[in-house]
Parts: sequence; C-alpha cells; structure tokens
Amino acid sequence: MKKLFFGCIKRLRIGILIIVALLMVLPLWFIITGSFMGTGEFQSNFQPVLDNTTGKVSWPLLPVYPTLRSYVELLLDSPKFFVVFWNSCKQVFPSLLGQLMIAVPAAWSFARFKFRWKKALFTLYIILMVMPYQVTMVSTYLVLDRLNILDSHLSIILPAAFSTFPVFIMFKFFKSIPESLIEAARIDGAGEWRIFWNIGIPIGSVGILSALILDFLELWNAMEQPLNFLKTKSLWPLTLYLPGISTDKAGITLVASVIMLSPALLLFLYGQKYLEQGIMVSGLNE
Amino acid sequence: MNQTKTAWAFLAPSFLGVIIFVLLPFGDVFRRSFSETITGRYVGLDNYNTVVHNEAFKQAVYNTTRFIITCVPLLLVLSLILSVMIFNLGKHKDLFKTSFLIPMAIPVSSAVFLWKVVFHQNGLLNALLSKFGIEGCDWLNTKAFPVLVFTYIWKNLGYDMVLWLAGLNGISSSLYEAAGVDGANSWNKFWYITLPGLFTTVFIVTVLSILNTFKVFREAYLIAGPYPSDDSIYMLQHLFNNWFTSLDIQKMCAAAIIVAFVVVTVIMILQQVDKKIGGEE
Repeated sequence: MKKLFFGCIKRLRIGILIIVALLMVLPLWFIITGSFMGTGEFQSNFQPVLDNTTGKVSWPLLPVYPTLRSYVELLLDSPKFFVVFWNSCKQVFPSLLGQLMIAVPAAWSFARFKFRWKKALFTLYIILMVMPYQVTMVSTYLVLDRLNILDSHLSIILPAAFSTFPVFIMFKFFKSIPESLIEAARIDGAGEWRIFWNIGIPIGSVGILSALILDFLELWNAMEQPLNFLKTKSLWPLTLYLPGISTDKAGITLVASVIMLSPALLLFLYGQKYLEQGIMVSGLNE
Repeated sequence: MNQTKTAWAFLAPSFLGVIIFVLLPFGDVFRRSFSETITGRYVGLDNYNTVVHNEAFKQAVYNTTRFIITCVPLLLVLSLILSVMIFNLGKHKDLFKTSFLIPMAIPVSSAVFLWKVVFHQNGLLNALLSKFGIEGCDWLNTKAFPVLVFTYIWKNLGYDMVLWLAGLNGISSSLYEAAGVDGANSWNKFWYITLPGLFTTVFIVTVLSILNTFKVFREAYLIAGPYPSDDSIYMLQHLFNNWFTSLDIQKMCAAAIIVAFVVVTVIMILQQVDKKIGGEE
C-alpha cells in the first residue's frame, strides 16, 4: 500500500514536471513552426489577432503547408535586416571583448590579493551589480553626452564593458583555485603576471565562459540602452528592429526571431554546463 | 606593500572605468538633484518635493512595489518546489533543466508577438477558455498585471531553479542519511534539513529576483508602449523612460537618488536578516 502511494507520487511528479516543461518550451516551438508558414496560412491563422477581425486565432502544432518563403524574403529581399543584425554584433561582441580584458584581471585582483579597501570596494561592485538600469541611466546619459559619444555604437559598448557583473562571477571561480598551487608557482620564481596568465586563466576558464554566456544573453536582448542612447535608427540593434516590423509582415518577424534566438540556443546546446555554473556561483554566498 | 601594488595593477582598468562611467556621473546626479538644471542654482530639496508629490511617480512606486511583492515570493516558492522535484531525479534531469532555461534564450521582441497571439481578445488563451465555457477578456489591455506576472515567472523560473539547485547541492547527504536512520519521512527531512540548509541561498536568490523584476519593462514596453492603457503596469521603469524622453533631468536625478537609496537599504536589510538567521544555525 505504501509502495503504491509513493509510486503514484513519483508519477505525479514526472507529470507535473512534463507539463511545466512543455509550457516553457511551447513558445519556442511556436516561433520555429510559425516561421515556416506561408503568407496565406499565416493570414488565415492569425487574422483575428492581427486585423482584429472576429473569430479565434489558431496555431497548429505543425504548419500544414511548410515553406521557406519567409526565410527567402527576409534573407534575400530585406537588406536592412543585415544592417540591423550587424549592428547587434557590433554592439555585443566588442562589449564582451571589453569585459574580458577589463573584468578578468579585476576579478583576479579581488580573488587573490589582500589590500586596503578591498572589502569596501568589493561591496561597491556588488551594489553596482544589483542596481537597476533605471537608477544609472541619467548618470550614464550625462557622461556619454560629456564624452560626445551619444548616438554611436560606443555609447552601448563602453558602459557595458565596465559592467561589474562578470567581475563578481569570475571572482567566485578564481577564489576556488587552491592557494598552494599559486604558492608553488611563486616558489618556482613565476612572476605575478605569469601566474595569472598560466594558472589563473586556464583554471578559471570555466568561470570566464560562464560569465560571458550570461552576459551574452543579457546584451543580445538589451533594449533599454539602445532605446535611450541611439537616436539614429540605422544604428538600432535587432531588439528594436523586430518590434517595428509591421503586422502584415509578421511572418518575417518570426523568421527574424528564429535568427535572433539561434545564437542563444546554440549556447544552450553547447554551453549549458557553463551557463548553469555561472548562475550557480551568482547564488553562492562567500 | 608589493602585493598592494600588483593588486591595484590588475584592478586599475576596471576601477577607472567604474569611476568614469558610474561614480563620477552619479556624484554629478547627486549634485544636480539639489539644483536647477539650466542655471545650476542650489534649490535644496525642491526637486525631491516635486518628485514625491508627482502623481505619476506615486502611481509608479505603488505599481512597482505591488509587482515586486506579488512576483518575488511567488517565483521563489515555485522555483524551490521545482528544484526539489528535479533534484534527485536521475534520468532526464538535464532535459528538464534545459527546458526550464529555454525562456532565457527567447528574444523579448519575439515573445511579444507570441503574447499578442496568446492573450489577445481573439487569442489562444480565450479560445482555450471558451472550450470550458469561460468568458475570456482582452488580457493585454485589461489584465496586463497578471500577464506581466506570468511573463516574469516564465522567464525567471529556470534561473532561480538553478540557484536553488546549487543550494541543495551544498547540503551534505549524510544529514539525510542520519535522519533516515532515525525514521524521518520525506516531509520531515524537507522541513528540518532542506529548508534550514537553504537559508544562505534565500538572500541572494531574493536579491537577484528583485533585480530581474526591473527587466520586465522590456515586455511591458513592447506590448503596451510608453503609456500602457492598463495603468496597473505603469512602473518606475516607464516613468524614468518617459522623463528621459522629455529630458526632465532635474526630476530624474532626484528620482534616481531616491530609488538608489531604497535599493541599497533593501539590500542592507536583507543582508542583516540573512546574517541573523544564518548566525543562529
């Protein structure tokens, strides 16, 4: 009797997990299948929503007449899309590179050295990390204005490059390198730079990748900064371009969505381990 | 002494950036919050007075607080339940984890198109409800608050679940074994071992979850624009954005200082609570 009861509980648990998981993944499924719908099918399915006509919208689990037309239209006939996609890349990757060059040594410094004010400084970094964007948006605007780089890719890249979030994530990983390993290198006569380069970076690479993946997801979807700091529409990234596509071309929106989410999805397939570890350390107390 | 020098050499690029891009301008904002933008004349607390008595500000503070108080506990509980359910699942554990994390990869702008299709008057949700004989409504324009709560939970469930899993990993399995020998059932184990073992995790999960509530602005803005027709989702983020558009620097500076002050205070309080409870362990 007791065994039967626990068997039921176990089934129930799997059942609930499957339902929640489906709810989570369903939007992705919709986007991907929707991107293969032809204009006619798209119209007949979504007209009640797009044009406010009567009747109910429907979204078949698989398109009835799958076609690549929307893909062709977006990739061959919309030169603007490439400009926008390239804008996103021009903003995200230099930001990540900047973070790499700036945050990695900073995290190393916090994790491996003792110095005055360290604790206060680190607390400051944590506070800056959790500050909502809205609090710093005026100050960022003022400094970008002063530096005369408003309305340029730099206005997105520079503030992102000095983000303190990756410092915090990488710090946790560097901290876990055993002191004895570094002592041994010191005794062998290795300089501080060599220890950082030959021991810190290889061993901490998991942490570096974790931080980069989390930051990529964040920057790739950044909307507030470009909305506030980029007036010229030709500089806009994907996040601002996508919502602007008119509703009669919604099929293209879905294709653009698929293209936009594929780098993130690839990261999930190949980097989930790093992503998870990055999230995990962000939650561990020192 | 030597160590200090090396430490600063490694830290300098980052710290210089923080000074130039955050600290100095924020100091400037602090100064400006007490003065008039154009003349630079010192006006004392005038700007703060204007902000605090501004109707839009009051409403935004109310809505934002209501949103945080609704969402964060709900998210913490749901993600904790999920993580406990998934924790000792042998097979398929990774598959579930991936599924729960997928919403992080979905771009806000494509989520918005989906939400329109799902929550529209003629949308999928109402179609589903009508099958059960329930009258639907125009969710996005009349029930925007629950829709936004749902969005937030959907997006952050996986992230928080992974955080909890890290906490669960940190609890030594020998404790459970010992309790098992003493004849404790699953519920006892959860109540007396798992929950107390997670106290240190609670602090950081709460802080990160609160921070993430500010990011729902993206969905809210893309769905409903700068002035949502359902004003229950008019939040501080909208207010800041709209003041920014009209370049209301004076008001923004004062409001930024107020919000920064509240954020730091909340963190400090949570930290103290965390220390008190953690200290008793």
